[in-house]
This record gives sequence, structure tokens and C-alpha cells, in this order.
Amino acid sequence: MFYDRTLSSRLMLGTAQYPSPQILRDAIAASGADVITVSLRREGQEGGDFRRILKDSGCRILPNTAGCHSVREAVTTAHMARELFGTDWIKLEVIGHADTLQPDPFALVEAARILSEDGFQVFPYTTEDLIVGEKLIEAGCRVLMPWGAPIGSGQGLRHLDALRSMRAHFPDIPLVIDAGIGAPSQAMMAMEMGFDAVLLNTAVAKAVDPVGMARAFGQAVVAGQLAHQAGLMPPRDMAVASTPIFGLAALA
Amino acid sequence: MITVLGAGVAGLCAATALAEQGMTVEVVTPADAPDPVSGLAGGMLAPFCEGDGADPLVTRRGQQSIAWWSARVRSFQPRGTLVLAAARDRAELDRFARATQNHRTVRPDDLEPDLSGRFARGLFFADEGHLDPAEAMASLRSRLTTRGVRFHHGPHTGSRIVDCRGWSARADLPDLRGVRGEMLELFAPQVALTRTIRLLHPRFPCYIVPRGQHRYMIGATMVETADGGPITARALMELLSAAYAVHPGFAEARLIHGGAGLRPAFPDNIPALRRAGDRIHMNGMHRHGFLMAPVLATDLAQQLCHEVIYAN
Repeated sequence: MFYDRTLSSRLMLGTAQYPSPQILRDAIAASGADVITVSLRREGQEGGDFRRILKDSGCRILPNTAGCHSVREAVTTAHMARELFGTDWIKLEVIGHADTLQPDPFALVEAARILSEDGFQVFPYTTEDLIVGEKLIEAGCRVLMPWGAPIGSGQGLRHLDALRSMRAHFPDIPLVIDAGIGAPSQAMMAMEMGFDAVLLNTAVAKAVDPVGMARAFGQAVVAGQLAHQAGLMPPRDMAVASTPIFGLAALA
Repeated sequence: MITVLGAGVAGLCAATALAEQGMTVEVVTPADAPDPVSGLAGGMLAPFCEGDGADPLVTRRGQQSIAWWSARVRSFQPRGTLVLAAARDRAELDRFARATQNHRTVRPDDLEPDLSGRFARGLFFADEGHLDPAEAMASLRSRLTTRGVRFHHGPHTGSRIVDCRGWSARADLPDLRGVRGEMLELFAPQVALTRTIRLLHPRFPCYIVPRGQHRYMIGATMVETADGGPITARALMELLSAAYAVHPGFAEARLIHGGAGLRPAFPDNIPALRRAGDRIHMNGMHRHGFLMAPVLATDLAQQLCHEVIYAN
């Protein structure tokens, strides 16, 4: 449940950098995603035509504050998003580093508090730090979005142990791996680890065939979710034959 | 008489193709029409490079436009395109090579000695070229005038209308959207590049098109907005830092001009001819104006020629 909403797909798709709106539309359909994220910082009020295409996709829209570097910018952008899309959902990004695009946890918590008090349902883009996670929940967030790796880097899940700890530490909070996913196997791994969803953009948008890649990611996320639900076997230190040795037919 | 509305690259190519087929043509631009955004274009004729992102149709058909332009304008330069990436972005070069055709790996210094020592590897697209949009449009205009084609502000007198007004035709084409593009023109006496350079960068890709006499066009941003206001500080910083990454001589360049405009685009970003009543729209040129206008204009002239023959 993401703010009391059940999603039919656990893949969330970003909408930037596609070759064309038509290909974006086809990629969304092929991926099966029913949540898409949209940036506003640079497009501004005049980006209405592109936003209409996104609304027409029938997906639930999660506007984001990508490109914001301060609490004030992020809060202003969130208000603009609410006005333009008529939704309280906001993916909150407050960037700390221009190079790594790492979230600024201090500004993030402050912006999350301001927006939550104002009735927004905040999806904060954060690190895997447990204390920051707790502070975000205190501030009113009911979803956390830890990064897999820096935005657009395609490095996958860089800190597996930290992500495992986070999953164990917040068993009842929906956790979405956001950013850094480069391959369907990485998205699948996140789902196998018990994360609730995966959010990505570049890996699909900049693929040579975005629609094909969107389909691959959609299937990987479903497979990972099924595997997690079905219960993965634990790794063992020794070989265990799956076929009994006794009773084999002697093929002379 | 056929009336062509608009005198950007689409209108001029349409009028040229029609006039060359022997049809009587006039070109009408209302007195208050905005300057054509084609004037801000890079003027790259790069059907293979555009294969990264553009529909395969653009690569396949865009190739025809190279011969079309080289037969008609003086500024056309068949020098190819050199694609580069900084050492840490080498993977971008591999991705680009996979996404495109008709290139070979080169040492950039061998082609552009002024880049000596700066890039270890590049991709060269030998069968591409570039032109100077201002010169090309002026050439087409003067060729048309020589043929007796009249340019005026209206009212139009033709019985058929070919609407090449770009973004101004938006009211008639509801799925047309504007994609903002920002560009710079620099005078860089310390830089001596002879062909189009594309710098691949995960965040700030750019291209540099030589315009002769040490003038360079640096472009271009792509933002999904219909805000056609002046170039932003962000675009200036990004484009200049990307140009500087290609050649440090750009740091001492003089800024001649910074422009911003809206590329008219259909949802698939493919330029197209569309019929609406007795009007034919040639629109949605997106970033392919100079590459695709001759192709659509040739199609248009053939269609209208057939109609005339059929009507007679």
C-alpha cells in the first residue's frame, strides 16, 4: 500500500529522455507500470502539452521535484505540481551534490515535514541511512525511497548490506528502490530482497529499444516479486543432490 | 497557383520543390509572423547520428536531403560528423555506436588536428555534412525570386494552400507541441574545427557546428515546454561548459548571439505532411528541419503534380 493505494504493478517509470512521446507511451504500456513520475523544475507552467500526453496514459502521476537544491525550491515545485496535476503525491528530491546528485538529508527532512503538514503525501528520495529514514517517518512520510546508486548511473544496488538492514528495520513501511538501476536483473534483485517497488528512468529511456527494455523491466519486477512471495531458498555451504541416489534405474 | 504559408526551412523547401516541378507558387508570411525558428538550427545533415533517438525513417529518408542541399546551396560542407566523449564517458561512445550505423572508429587528432591530445577515440560519420541555415535559406529565397515566385504578406491568392507555419499552425494541429531549444553562436579565434563535433555527455550533450571564419554554433537543449522565452542562464552555462570540454579555446570566445525557440513536434517526433480539407500541412519538423524538409517537399510536389495531372 502506498498511501492507502494498492498498485497493480510494482514498477514505477520516469518519463524523461525518451526519443519521443509516442515511444514513451509505448514503453509505459509495455512495462505495465501504473505509476509514472514527471519533473517540473525546468519545464515549468508551459509544459502543458507534454503533461497532457502523460495524463492520457491513464497512469497515476507522481510528480517530482527533480533538480531542486533547496527546501524552498522543492516546496515551491511541489505546490506547482499539486496545482497542475491535482494530486497530493509528490516525489521529494532535494539534491545535495551537483556531481553525485546525492540527496541532502537535512533539507529533505525539513521539506518533508513542511509538505506533510500541508497535506502532501511525500515519497522522499533518500539514502539507505536508517536515522534519516526514521526522521522522515516522524516528519510524516509513509513511504521511503532509498537510492540503489546515484541517479542515472546504472550501477545497480551499490550497498546491499545497508539496503538489507533498511528492509529489516522498516518492515511495515513501503520501500521503493529509486535511482541507479541499470539492468532488469538489478530490479529483480531488489524485489527478491523484499522491496515493495522499483523506480527507474534512464535504463529504459536511453536503451537502444526503450519499449523492449520497458517490457524486460516489467517482467523482471514481476518475477522478483513472485520469487519473494514464494520464499527464496537460503544459500547452503554444501551441495545437496536434488535427485536421490538410491533407487536409480541401472541403465546397462 | 499554390500558396505556401511560411518562409522557414519547410516553406522554402516546399516552394522550391513545387516551383521546380513547374507549378506556380507564391510564399505568404503575415507581416506580424515571428521569425522562423529554422534560423536557430544547427544546420546539421546527420541522418546517421540522428539514428540515436530518431525513428529509422528519419535515417533512411534523411539521406536524400544531402544531395538536395549540395545541389542548391553554397554553404553545404560534406565534412562528416565527429562524435566524441570525455575519457570517463567512454561507455557513452559505445552506446552511441550501437544505436547508429555507418560510422567508424577514429583517432580524433587525425581528422581535427586542433583537438590534438584531447580525445583518444571518436566515431566518424563520413557521409554526413552541415550547412549554414541563414545562407541556405537566403539562397533558396533568391533562387525562388529568380524563378518569379513572389514573397508577400497576403492575402493569399492560391487555390491550394501548403501550410508550413510551424508552431503558428498549432491551432489547426492539436497534437503539435513545442520542444524548447536553446543555442549559442560564438566567435572563437583560438578554435579551428572544420566539421560538426558532437560531444556525448550523460547530462550535457552538445554539438558544435563550424560556420566559417572561426564562428561556431553551439546547441542545443531539448526541454518539453512551450515557453519560447530568451535563453536561460542554465542553458548558457551547460552549453558553454560542454564546448569548453571539447576545446579550451572556447573560454576566450566572444558570444555573438544566444537564441531560444520552439521546435514544432508531433507525438512521434517525425516530420509529416498532413491533409486537412484543401490544406496540406507540412509540420512537426522537430529537430529535423534541414534534414527532412527536402524529403517532405519532394513528396509534396509529387502528390500535387499527380493531382494536377489527374484533374486535367
